[in-house]
Amino acid sequence: MQHEYDAVIVGAGGAGLYAALEASGAGRVAVISKLYPVRSHTGTAQGGIGAALGNLEEDKPEWHAFDTIKGGDYLVDQDAAAILAEEAVQAVYDLENMGLPFSRTPDGLIDQRRFGGHTRNFGEAPVRRACYAADRTGHMILQTLYQQCIKNEVDFYNEYFAVDLIMDGPACKGLVVLELATGELHTIRSKAVMLATGGFGRMFKTTSNAYANTGDGLALALRRGVPLEDMEFYQFHPTGIAGMGILITEAVRGEGGVLRNRRGERFMEEYAPKLLDLAPRDLISKAILSELKRGNGMRGDRQIDDYVLLDATKLGKQAVEEKIPDIAEFCRVYLNIDPVTQPIPVQPTAHYGMGGVPTDHNGRVLRGEGRGSYAGLYAAGECACVSVHGANRLGTNSLVDLVVFGRRAGRHIADYIANADMGHVAAGSDSYARDKIGRLKTGKGAHGGAIRETLQKTMMERVGIIRTGEDMRAAVSTVEGLRDQYREARVQDGNAAFNTDLLELLELENLIDLAYVTAHAALRREESRGGHTRDDFPERDDARWLKHSLVKLTDGVPEFSYKDVDTSLFAPKPRVY
Amino acid sequence: MRIIFTIQRFDPEKDSSPHFEDFELELPPESRVLDGLVYIKTYLDGSLAFRKSCAHGICGSDAMLIGGEERLACKTLLRDLGAAEGASIRIEPLKGLPVQRDLMVDQERFFSSYRSVKPYLINDGPAGPKERKQSQAEREEIDDATKCILCASCYSACPVIREKNPAFIGPAAVLNAARFVFDSRDKGTAERLPALDRPDGVWACESKFRCTQVCPRGIKVTKSINLTKRKIESLRK
Repeated sequence: MQHEYDAVIVGAGGAGLYAALEASGAGRVAVISKLYPVRSHTGTAQGGIGAALGNLEEDKPEWHAFDTIKGGDYLVDQDAAAILAEEAVQAVYDLENMGLPFSRTPDGLIDQRRFGGHTRNFGEAPVRRACYAADRTGHMILQTLYQQCIKNEVDFYNEYFAVDLIMDGPACKGLVVLELATGELHTIRSKAVMLATGGFGRMFKTTSNAYANTGDGLALALRRGVPLEDMEFYQFHPTGIAGMGILITEAVRGEGGVLRNRRGERFMEEYAPKLLDLAPRDLISKAILSELKRGNGMRGDRQIDDYVLLDATKLGKQAVEEKIPDIAEFCRVYLNIDPVTQPIPVQPTAHYGMGGVPTDHNGRVLRGEGRGSYAGLYAAGECACVSVHGANRLGTNSLVDLVVFGRRAGRHIADYIANADMGHVAAGSDSYARDKIGRLKTGKGAHGGAIRETLQKTMMERVGIIRTGEDMRAAVSTVEGLRDQYREARVQDGNAAFNTDLLELLELENLIDLAYVTAHAALRREESRGGHTRDDFPERDDARWLKHSLVKLTDGVPEFSYKDVDTSLFAPKPRVY
Repeated sequence: MRIIFTIQRFDPEKDSSPHFEDFELELPPESRVLDGLVYIKTYLDGSLAFRKSCAHGICGSDAMLIGGEERLACKTLLRDLGAAEGASIRIEPLKGLPVQRDLMVDQERFFSSYRSVKPYLINDGPAGPKERKQSQAEREEIDDATKCILCASCYSACPVIREKNPAFIGPAAVLNAARFVFDSRDKGTAERLPALDRPDGVWACESKFRCTQVCPRGIKVTKSINLTKRKIESLRK
């Protein structure tokens, strides 16, 4: 079936919905999502959205920008970070005005709390910057934006899976999507396509990410020749529920919770004497791994799957029930413990991709190597890299990113579709997608499940928090083998309608391709910076590596180029907390 | 522990009516029911159809009947079901919505009921340059309703929809109307009345409390419906 829209947005999380709201006034806009509305992963963000409102103490966007840049270990594009911090303030007011039920101060203002790496006056001490709605801030952002989309009558295609971009040289002309309910392929001709498909944490075994986070937008762009930026930088959140990966928000520490090892020591004192448990996530995850390796984990067996304790017992019952009620419930349901009286067993969990589809400040996807941007192709949110997170994202900045840059992309799309012509889409533009699905249905090999498990285990163990050249070379070779196996993989389910087996196999291809470029990018970067830590190259090396990586996949072979980091505001310095 | 999942299967391309199929699994007691379903799909039968996403009770994708009760598969642990070694757990799709395949139901009616109550802030007045003020007490009034994840458990459990009035917009739609009716910043109650103040609106509810009992977010849904009824009555005076 053929469709025609002025703009198509892939993904119904925060970035996609905000862009849809902005663009829908300017033309016919459709949102494509492989999920039902409000199921997107934005909804699981817990602790808050950072903005220098200064409702409880002095704060400034410049401080927020500085923290973001330092938090990102100076790989952040500083002009983009300045936009992020400045526009965060109005974005939060706008969300409130749309109805978002923020928690309130006694004076009726938006309440704010402390979060890791967010400081006053360029690093002096933690500052109250995270605006929050209990511990379901992302849930409320997603619901509020969806509610506004209902009000503005945005068209939704629920449970449609994006399979291919229709590119004509440096211009995007549309999209090929698979309808889950029928198994039918649809071609959508469109002046603009925006990728807002979120993250790809499912390439790792232990993750806070939803099953849906398979990097679809990044992978289909990659297969159409679009470069991906900084894929070696992946964030492991320090506090996932041990053994499960379910996120325990940093807000637990923002409200006063502390990490302890088996000796009861508040070990962050040793690693970040000033910010302690509110140091950035990369430092805390590494500190936990160090403790585990020293035998200070709770089991004490020096294995990387050992765990430490997050002690929130000092908060008291009232603060737990009011400020972090969902966390309390996770503890009761999944761990059978009460965080009011018992510490929470935690370990690092794969959480957020700092890298992604490279964009300018208006969400336009960049071609790399100084060749400007693609016409009609946009990206925002976790799937994009603008780059405001650099080598390590600060807590709350994911929500800031998707709101600020989702909105900017939407506004730019509105202007663009007013003047652009609807492109020509040749007959048979869906042939690549059709052939691929045909192959999966007639494959002779194994089901995809075993391939997925091996992939996740390999990436967790060999391209995880602490990396070495030897491990990553092994990972590259394993993933190459999995890629070969995948070529023979087969859909077990023979039906056309609601074939979730086919959907999962298509998602697996995305994960394999992204894992492959992630492992390659990590192997190439011979330094330690932010979320990328190498035992064999333990120091940050600005002389060689203060640059963004861009990777393309040409006939399955990765090709790298590099681009400068914008350092127009703050000169890179050693990073201590 | 050894456990048997007895799953309702229905394939509209092949079956004239649903049937049950047993899958024997070996899982730790702290496993989620969802873990068992994913294991089946990965290793035993790729054609098993169900929805899932966040896997920790926030996205609302995997509401289904587990042991006859509406539950989220990702928030239900085997140990919570009290099942003995080798026991069978019955898993079925939600009630009150058409089955698409296996455990997947068509949620369109549920979402269109939700949309019918105008579930968004209505306030055309100027907001000022910053936030609209709201006291902590005013914020607390809507707190419970803001937890709703639109999983449709309450819709499935509602005896009114199933036995008396299939046109009832359902507990979640009323709850999400209440979320705005009782928001101190909202001015849109009059606009919502056509959907609420009618026989298929709030008045269909008979306070059977099934919605509250099954809500995986612990929301006092029936209470919210009753407060909405009282609000409508007070507006008539």
